[in-house]
Amino acid sequence: MSEIVKTVCGILEGFIFVFGCYIVIYGHLTPGGGFAGGVILAAVFILIMLAFGKERILKITPRRRGALIESIGALSFLSIAWAGLYIRGIFFRNFITTNPDNHFNILSGGTIPLYNIAIALKVMAGLFLVFFVLSITRVILEGDKLKMVKK
Amino acid sequence: MTETMILSLLTLMILGSIIALESKDLLSSVIAVGAVGFMLSVIFLILRAPDIAIVQVVIEILTLIILIRVTISRDIHIIGDTREFLPFAMNLVLLLVFFIIAADAIRTMPEFGTGASKVALPYLSRGLTDTGAANIVTSVILDYRAYDTLGEATILFAAITGAITILRRKAKND
Repeated sequence: MSEIVKTVCGILEGFIFVFGCYIVIYGHLTPGGGFAGGVILAAVFILIMLAFGKERILKITPRRRGALIESIGALSFLSIAWAGLYIRGIFFRNFITTNPDNHFNILSGGTIPLYNIAIALKVMAGLFLVFFVLSITRVILEGDKLKMVKK
Repeated sequence: MTETMILSLLTLMILGSIIALESKDLLSSVIAVGAVGFMLSVIFLILRAPDIAIVQVVIEILTLIILIRVTISRDIHIIGDTREFLPFAMNLVLLLVFFIIAADAIRTMPEFGTGASKVALPYLSRGLTDTGAANIVTSVILDYRAYDTLGEATILFAAITGAITILRRKAKND
């Protein structure tokens, strides 16, 4: 990509990342939540990949780290749910008590911000992995059959 | 006022879909699909659902990026005209039947804003004191109905794992 695109993307990617984290963490107070914030965070890495080429992304070994982060997100979602079962006796029970003078604060909501962060990790790693694998693989016509090769 | 806006946006969406179907250039039809998605997110905002509008905008942008990338890297940019008459006519007849039945069903639905189910009223009145979260939508999907969110996360995980597994194979001559 040209120099203008690379410079602008290099400046913008930090701001978009912070905005994505804001949508995830304030998901229990303002519209948004884990899914929307996770997609925005995945879009940051897709932006890096589109602007700087895939060599820049291949340096961070996206397959292994993406699978690791996605598994961490899914397992922490399940472990918080299981902790609700273990502490209070009901699966997915909100076991962190909230007192009423703490409403509209960022630390209100009990386990809901933790769920949001887990889902955001999962969605971010998953969607970026799908885009990465889609753009690395190419289908070529070899002989009589279609074959998938890595570019 | 909001009804006229929604109706005009719906008409534009139908026009955009027809353009996406009938255009010969692949890139034009992809952009028309993107325009339909953005107008849908504006309709969600008018119907007072900002969570869904945010998700719709970002997913539409991701879909557009993937579609444009696929369209440009292919060799063909123009598709030919291969429409037959009999399936097209049957499509129109079935669409007319569906429209008549759906119009009759929508006429008997309750007003916009009154809940159709009786479960929504306790969620709205006790959501803040039960969960502590100010966003009632988040408190429903992550506290009252968190099991459904577990199902949604599982579907996402399985779909992504399947996609990566299929696209993982290397060429034999590598």
